[in-house]
Amino acid sequence: MLHIKCPHCGMRSQNEFSYGGDASVKRPELNKEISDEEWDNFVYNRKSLRGKHLELWQHLYGCRQWIKVERDTSTHEIFNTYKADEEIS
Amino acid sequence: MSQKFRLENGGLINRDKKLSFKFNGKIYYGYEGDTLASALIANGVHLVGRSFKYHRPRGFFGAGVDEPYAIVQLYRNNETEPNIKATEQELFEGLEAKSVNCWPSVNFDIGAINNFLKIFLPAGFYYKTFMWPKSFWYRVYEPFIRKAAGLGVASTKHDKERYEHKYEYCDLLIAGSGPSGLASAYAAAKNGARVILAEDKPRFGGSLLTSDVNIGNQSGEDWAKSIISELKEMPNVVVKNRSQVFGYYDHNMLVMSEKVSDHLPKTKKHHPKQRLWYIRAKEVLISSGSIERPLVFGNNDTPGVMLSSAAKEYLKVYGVLVGKNPLVFTNNDSGYETAIEFKKNGINPIILDSRINPQSEIIDEAINLGIKIKFSYVVVAAQGYKKVSSADIAKISDDKKQLGTIENIKCDCICVSGFWTPTIHLASQSGNKTKFKDAIDAFVPGTSKQNETTLGAANGIFTLEETLKDSFMAGQHISKKITKNDNKISFPNVVEKKSSQHDKFWCVPLPKGKNYKRFLDFQNDVAVSDIEIALKEGYRSIEHVKRYTTLGMATDQGKTSNLNGLQLVSEIENKVVPAVGHTTFRPPYTPISIGAIVGREVGKHSKPTRKSPMHSWHEKNNAVFVDAGVWLRPRYYKQGSETLFEASKREAKNVRTNVGICDVTTLGKIDIKGPDAAELLNRVYTNAWLKLPVGKARYGVMLREDGIVMDDGTTTRISENHYHMTTTTAQAANVLSHLEYYLQLVWPELNVNVVSTTEQWAGAAIAGPKSRKLLEKLFPNNDVSNEGLPFMGYMESDLFGVKARIFRISFSGELAYEVNVESNNGHFMWEKIIELGQEFQVQPYGTEALSTLRIEMGHVAGSELDGRTISYDTSLEGLISKNKDFIGKRSLNREAFTSSDRQKIVGVVPLDKKTSIPEGSHLVKDAQAPLPNKKLGHISASCWSVEHDNPFSLAILKDGKNMIGEKLFVMSPLKNKVIPVEIVSSHYVDPKGERVRS
Repeated sequence: MLHIKCPHCGMRSQNEFSYGGDASVKRPELNKEISDEEWDNFVYNRKSLRGKHLELWQHLYGCRQWIKVERDTSTHEIFNTYKADEEIS
Repeated sequence: MSQKFRLENGGLINRDKKLSFKFNGKIYYGYEGDTLASALIANGVHLVGRSFKYHRPRGFFGAGVDEPYAIVQLYRNNETEPNIKATEQELFEGLEAKSVNCWPSVNFDIGAINNFLKIFLPAGFYYKTFMWPKSFWYRVYEPFIRKAAGLGVASTKHDKERYEHKYEYCDLLIAGSGPSGLASAYAAAKNGARVILAEDKPRFGGSLLTSDVNIGNQSGEDWAKSIISELKEMPNVVVKNRSQVFGYYDHNMLVMSEKVSDHLPKTKKHHPKQRLWYIRAKEVLISSGSIERPLVFGNNDTPGVMLSSAAKEYLKVYGVLVGKNPLVFTNNDSGYETAIEFKKNGINPIILDSRINPQSEIIDEAINLGIKIKFSYVVVAAQGYKKVSSADIAKISDDKKQLGTIENIKCDCICVSGFWTPTIHLASQSGNKTKFKDAIDAFVPGTSKQNETTLGAANGIFTLEETLKDSFMAGQHISKKITKNDNKISFPNVVEKKSSQHDKFWCVPLPKGKNYKRFLDFQNDVAVSDIEIALKEGYRSIEHVKRYTTLGMATDQGKTSNLNGLQLVSEIENKVVPAVGHTTFRPPYTPISIGAIVGREVGKHSKPTRKSPMHSWHEKNNAVFVDAGVWLRPRYYKQGSETLFEASKREAKNVRTNVGICDVTTLGKIDIKGPDAAELLNRVYTNAWLKLPVGKARYGVMLREDGIVMDDGTTTRISENHYHMTTTTAQAANVLSHLEYYLQLVWPELNVNVVSTTEQWAGAAIAGPKSRKLLEKLFPNNDVSNEGLPFMGYMESDLFGVKARIFRISFSGELAYEVNVESNNGHFMWEKIIELGQEFQVQPYGTEALSTLRIEMGHVAGSELDGRTISYDTSLEGLISKNKDFIGKRSLNREAFTSSDRQKIVGVVPLDKKTSIPEGSHLVKDAQAPLPNKKLGHISASCWSVEHDNPFSLAILKDGKNMIGEKLFVMSPLKNKVIPVEIVSSHYVDPKGERVRS
């Protein structure tokens, strides 16, 4: 079980969180004309990469905040966690 | 029965407490502190089971967790449990056990015919033989194999024992209480660290209990005792025996199983049987020791052949002789220690040492005691069927390839030692890439992956002095990092005998003309010849060899067989062992009971139960409940001897003719506030929301980004910037997360707050033509006329002093309202409605009637919004705004979603107007068509229409729009039903929707 540092609450067990997928995906703006390809990339296409991955988690049974977690998908090492609006360098 | 093999004195057992037990129906006696294994051996019982494949007789091989043979079915307190190791099970008064994997009995086992057929049962036999004819697998082969193989019978009774889960945090978790565990725990505890010390055996001390050493002028055993008693007194230390750390997971989470009551005849009141500990440790010290390796020779599975360390443990811990005429076969000094213990107890062992001329203090001691030693000698084969009776031995050439003349010597047991294998499971599970250490012919942990440090024998260090030094230092150093304390401990004086180098020899060649089975994996019956066949057939990867031969795949996970298997593969392949590599160590280290894994979350505790504030009223009024998500909802209210069908029909009919009330507290409710609330709704729902006036409700459908319908419900504008959203019962939690996702991540600029108020409001739906009249009685001061409170209207009022919200919305399709009050007034509201509704023949209705009402109206619910349908499919496309963007809109352009014969909701009526249609059935054009018969759609929901008094169903049907009036067939192979049906409109009652507006 992972041990995730919620930037709002501190270190918590994985079972307080739910996984929310790739955090680097950006929703296209509303009312904007976009190609099928762009939309497919937003809705379906994911890299499923091995290694460092920026992903979303929600602290569901805690502060209910969505956070970003930088995690290695193969070793499960967590490098850093960020608030939803935090700048990631 | 006397305990013929029990020594007069000695051992750590309590001789004052004699215990009786039953094995295979026969009564025996042992002592408190025995294991089932030690007590059986004390009684001269060596035949305990039959092997998995060949059904060869099986005895005891080890004395603990590594035991591959002695697996029994245990009977305790009217319960039975399979797969129990006799070497781990502590004896208690009245214990009962039986052999497994033998029929009709362990002494006469019909399956043993396999032993004589063994040339036909080589590696991969099952893969090769049972492939054809294909149809034979289910009917013939599998049942036969299942009966023939197995390790006991699982109980089918409900397990009444309690299992607990515990979550714990600590600075240092130390797995194993041998010398390294004790020393490191002691040093860390002295530095003030929070320490958990876990020992899987009942007694602490590990190898100190059986080795002839001296620490600080105390025997090893006494030193262990004094350290443990000091640790137990310290408030920062938790010391646990019968507790095995069996898995090392991510982020230093380890799981430990504590056997709280398995050693007792009966679990004490208020105690659990077992407890599972989830431990998050800052640092982990692995002091799990090592397991002795067998030597491989002919018939080395005969009962009486066992590990020399096990023989020593039976002697020193239990005061039991595994034999009175022992032969010790060794490639290192450990065998000598066992021989010396025999000698000290008046038994004359013979030592066969494969080495040419080894010299050490231990060997000198053996010589001085007058023990007979034969150097360069090996056991070629054990003789005897159910017990060793003699051994064929021979001199072996220096290159270990040639055997001399075979001699036969009498013996009643063969104690083997092929040196030691560090127990590296935990380190490997943490992600540590292990490395092969040539000096000990075994793998040891490499660089730490998580915060783990491996100490002592588990790290390939086999001298006590070095182990203790390392462990004191590690305990001190690691705890200092955490507590910043630096308590110096003086290192005790250690006396141990020096040993000499082991022999890199582990497998005795076959003598000419003999075809003995030489076993590697004792539990799965994998012999040297099986590995040879696998390699001959082209298997190279050790993972493939393992799966093909099943080497190391038994419940002991190859604790005694893995390294010998690797040695063999490397020898045949002419590779070094590290190049062959080892298979993956997976948790759990030993089998863990399902009960322990599940813990308290069984039966009604497997999930929380949510009840509405009106629950007690429902109970009092004969409600029959149904699980709706985590809620308990009344399914129907039983009157007299009514069935579900009769009751739901009565309730639904009453709604259509008079008035009914339904508890709708379970609907998800979300309070939405903020200046941008309307904008949020406008983006979330498919229809327009910006112009909804205050005091009005609107029905809305929300999509996922992929265009599939996510949920539906009404949202009401309570005031300028305040909305009340309802969701379906099932989707309440998902919808809240969904809104939070968009507000926090996608559109953080929207100034809106959302919060769940599901539990804050109790809700009652009042539905039926007389509902307005009832409402007038409930709220005499309000104008609830069609003009005062029109369809989709909202007003706030008070219900005899209680604040209430009235929504004119309808799920039943009748003139209907929903009244919400704060939860703690829910019961009052409900009783008031029932009381004032008497004159209008009000009746409560449950979920079954609720379904009937919505199905015949063609209102969609979860069975239509099933995560596969879009708005069009459920005839909700009229709610899709063309003038704005919303979540999922872009997906609706997809080709499949706009196809002209797209599936759509329809109504289905059986032609005979009698036969009920099973939900989930498929719709086909031709009932006689050859399989696979093309499916046109499926039945999503079925009811008995109270309006038309015949069965009616909703279906999602391909090209449903153009199918009205068609005759099709409903097929349910599960219920063996074929029903001719007609496709009709999904709006079976009041198609124009006049009633809700009346």
